[in-house]
Amino acid sequence: MLADKDRIFTNLYGQGDWTLEGARSRGAWVGTKEFIDAGRDWITNEVKASGLRGRGGAGFPTALKWTFMPKVNDGRPHYLLVNADESEPGTCKDRDILRHDPHHLVEGCLLAARAMDAHLAFIYVRGEFIRERQRLEAAVEQAYEAKLIGKDNIHGWDLDIIVHHGAGAYICGEETALMESLEGKKGQPRLKPPFPAGMGVYGNPTTVNNVESIAVVPEILRRSGAWFASIGRANNTGTKLMCVSGHVNKPATFEEAMGVTFEEIIEKHCGGIRGGWDNLLAVIPGGASVPCVPGEKIRNAVMDFDGLREVGSSLGTAAVIVMDKQTDIIKAIWRLSAFYKHESCGQCTPCREGTGWMMRVMERMVEGRAQKREIDMLFEVTKQIEGHTICALGDAAAWPIQGLIRNFRHVIEERIDQYTYSSTSDGAVPSIAAE
Amino acid sequence: MASIKVDGQLVEVPDYYTLMQAAEAAGAEIPRFCYHERLSVAGNCRMCLVEVKGGPPKPQASCAMAVKDLRPGPNGEPPEMFTNTPMVKKAREGVMEFLLINHPLDCPICDQGGECDLQDQAMAYGVDKNRFAENKRAVEDKYIGPLVKTSMNRCIHCTRCVRFTTEVAGIAEMGLLGRGEDAEITTYLEKALTSELQGNVIDLCPVGALTSKPYAFNARPWELVKTESIDVMDAVGSNIRVDSRGREVMRILPRINEAINEEWISDKTRFVWDGLKSQRLDRPYVRKGGKLQPASWDEALATVAARIKKAGNKVGAIAGDLAAVEEMYALKALLASVGSGMTDVRPAMSGLDPSMPRSAYIFNPTIAGIEEADAIVIIAANPRKEASLINARIRKTWRAKGLPIAVIGEQADLTYSYSYLGNSLEALADLVAGKGSFGEILAKAQRPLIIVGEAAVSHATLGKQVGRDTIAMAAKLATGGADVAEGWNGFALLHNAASRVGGMDIGFVPHDGGVCSADQIVLAGKGELDVLFLLGADEYDMSAMGKAFVVYVGTHGDAGAHRADVILPAATYTEKSGTYVNTEGRVQVTNRAVFPPGDAKEDWAIIRALSGALGKPLPFNSLTQLRAAIYAEFPHLARIDQIAPGSVADVAKLAKAAIKSKSAPFGSAVADFYLSNPIARASAVMGECAATAAGLRQAAE
Repeated sequence: MLADKDRIFTNLYGQGDWTLEGARSRGAWVGTKEFIDAGRDWITNEVKASGLRGRGGAGFPTALKWTFMPKVNDGRPHYLLVNADESEPGTCKDRDILRHDPHHLVEGCLLAARAMDAHLAFIYVRGEFIRERQRLEAAVEQAYEAKLIGKDNIHGWDLDIIVHHGAGAYICGEETALMESLEGKKGQPRLKPPFPAGMGVYGNPTTVNNVESIAVVPEILRRSGAWFASIGRANNTGTKLMCVSGHVNKPATFEEAMGVTFEEIIEKHCGGIRGGWDNLLAVIPGGASVPCVPGEKIRNAVMDFDGLREVGSSLGTAAVIVMDKQTDIIKAIWRLSAFYKHESCGQCTPCREGTGWMMRVMERMVEGRAQKREIDMLFEVTKQIEGHTICALGDAAAWPIQGLIRNFRHVIEERIDQYTYSSTSDGAVPSIAAE
Repeated sequence: MASIKVDGQLVEVPDYYTLMQAAEAAGAEIPRFCYHERLSVAGNCRMCLVEVKGGPPKPQASCAMAVKDLRPGPNGEPPEMFTNTPMVKKAREGVMEFLLINHPLDCPICDQGGECDLQDQAMAYGVDKNRFAENKRAVEDKYIGPLVKTSMNRCIHCTRCVRFTTEVAGIAEMGLLGRGEDAEITTYLEKALTSELQGNVIDLCPVGALTSKPYAFNARPWELVKTESIDVMDAVGSNIRVDSRGREVMRILPRINEAINEEWISDKTRFVWDGLKSQRLDRPYVRKGGKLQPASWDEALATVAARIKKAGNKVGAIAGDLAAVEEMYALKALLASVGSGMTDVRPAMSGLDPSMPRSAYIFNPTIAGIEEADAIVIIAANPRKEASLINARIRKTWRAKGLPIAVIGEQADLTYSYSYLGNSLEALADLVAGKGSFGEILAKAQRPLIIVGEAAVSHATLGKQVGRDTIAMAAKLATGGADVAEGWNGFALLHNAASRVGGMDIGFVPHDGGVCSADQIVLAGKGELDVLFLLGADEYDMSAMGKAFVVYVGTHGDAGAHRADVILPAATYTEKSGTYVNTEGRVQVTNRAVFPPGDAKEDWAIIRALSGALGKPLPFNSLTQLRAAIYAEFPHLARIDQIAPGSVADVAKLAKAAIKSKSAPFGSAVADFYLSNPIARASAVMGECAATAAGLRQAAE
């Protein structure tokens, strides 16, 4: 359980003042100059010591990512690109940072930019985040006015921040599609290699980080990496913003230590499962793109990267979608398939053709209008997409279905049986509402 | 160099090689759809997936990953890739299945059938069963112009067409609209493509989504006889393959020749074939009582012979744009036998004097040499219309190194950016004087390329001196700079007719007291020239020939045939083996794909027969004998596919000529790209293209 004093986002619910003044009163922008003066390597090492892993879903060690940037500047500018295109269904953590604690992000940008020798940071904000973007822009403006950032600021490290507003495509949250979109092109992922650290925005070295990863950096430096590392389990350190939605009594976004169990977070923050623990059917623990976990397996699962891998899923963005037993799980996963089919960029074959295929098979399975052998076929199709695409959207579309088939195959089979039983003697099947 | 193991076999390849290139070096075949060696890498079809060791643990697109992206093993072993493992086989089958689920089963009615990448690779790498039980996607067909037919259900979104039109053709008109499975290839608002290279997307399309509209449903690839030949629509000499069935040319495709057309051809080259079948002269005609009447060969030849006998040496000959070396040589010999030197292959008022050396009238730097240039000046030419593939090569060079380009003449969209210096001789004179920022660029250039168009060389209204002065000034630009590299010859004359260089090579120019084409017509008008041969010449003023007896040896009922007193029907470039010398001076030979229609004969044979009727038989009875005579007199014409280079010293000498002209306007010699010769003018397809380009027709469907 996270102690109150260890909380990083102290204004997560917007009860305090979000402006620079309010942020300062909560400790932001304190000692920033010393961190800047301590230099690039010190910041990187401190973040490395904290064990911070990227908060955008993949969990790649943040400090390690920063070290991929060229050590010696070859004349090209370096860029920090903050990914605020938070569009994963169920995820709403960056939104609250932008709304209520934007100065954490602004300060984090300055420190992270120092750690990668960048003098320009882009923040790519999701198209639907209108108010959030306005808040962030205001916060950046306040920081400029106070000479905290910009040319010749009081910290002695020039940094300009450009807040860029996307147009609302999920795929633009993929780092290379984000860069394409930022450059004004169609949001389609690029081939890797070359990786962004070598050739990113406008062909210059770029590091793409999630909002939360950057926003926690100032506190890590202020309280030391060791403090951050002391929270949670080894290799899964620190605090994490989690957002629980679905069939809990009080859906919420909250900050919690990594390594607490699922039961703890639900009981402490969400007022328990609707209808009690016996009513829990399944949980998608990390945003829409990870496999679902059946209720009995998730209860004691540890909510961190390794803990969720043990139950066959992953932490992702820690956006927990809880489904109780009134949920039609097939339909729920079908809805995700429809989402991925709609958001596929259409560039590479497996994802373009496969997401539509999967959705249509799922559509039939919702009714039960399918053959049982098609379950295996569907599973094989997801395997044909996974790992064969340019970006991870193909994987993200495949995993929920794989989770469904692995854990709820019997539900699909029952639905198919039910459909067959309902047919009349001439073969017609009256429309059945899934119960 | 880097070493890599491909399926266990160690190969040494340059480290910038992609895995696909490395595999090819090792002899392993990798299927692909979106990858094309002349376009940027898209990596989107995922057909070329391979397994790698020393890289990510999932299948990798071999077209996009370089050998140097792979890490060596822990003890420095070379990285490994595999093209035949179960993972690769599974990946290929998976991708192929995805490509096929929404691809219609209309191979039996698809024009791509038999030469379809998807068909072939489905046979080689696909599975034979279908697991897709849903409805296939339906996509509306798009109108993208009169040349390219679309069947968008078949599209596999490889984006080769998009990349070709944006990168090579230089028009940003095609794109992938929408996303996911609703993504569609289209032109914006279904506007017709405006490129003169658009036909190449038909060859590039790996499926039957983009096919040839004029060729639609006409033939199957396996029933066509394929003849390798040379194009004569412009002076580029693109290498082509003529596909014929029986006596008909069914279509024309490009052949790869890195030195000339790479693997593209212009739309005029590709789609002119319907013009080979209409408006054809298929029997001799003799004008009787003011009207052209059909006649037998004997009658026609006798009529002509009688007139020549009466005329003495007052006989002239003008060769048109499509004449081959053989017939010009024969005609020149025929005229010589009656004591006339009145031959000309040049347009009216050409500044190219017969006394000038070869380097004055060829594209000295060669087409491939454009890529070595470091500054280009284009004088009085619109290369996009006059030599589309040279323009594509300039664009390629411009894209690769962004070299400075200047234009004096028509201010047209050339698909690359250039400094516009004006449209007159004065602007050229200023540049020669080193004025302006481009003057400074040229002064420092090591490999300046000066392209001179026919519009300046043959200034019809202001006379020959303008052409001579333009050549002198261009020669000065090409050789005058202090830093010009040793051995670089940047003087490039851009002809726009296939016959020109060959004709000048064999001296089909005024000699032994002869006069030029314009003067021949003037003499004819004054009644001082009795017989005038038009060897497929249609681009001259037919109304000015007075009472002269005009003999038209040609193929189409165009301007020349209307004026003619006797028509001797001849063969087009697909119907004869003829030698053509392109604007670089490269000697190439066409091959006969089909026979001439009706009674029409090969041109040289007509002239040989006429010499017999005249009682002065020419000393050759076969094409072989004729060629032997030509090769004996002009040995460089025997060296097929080679260039007898012009000398830089000659160009430097040209530069010393005194400039006499003060001013002249510069334009372009080709008014309408689609209608520049008699075959094109007879083509309905070219007519429709011209109308579309002029904005007279839009989205007819």
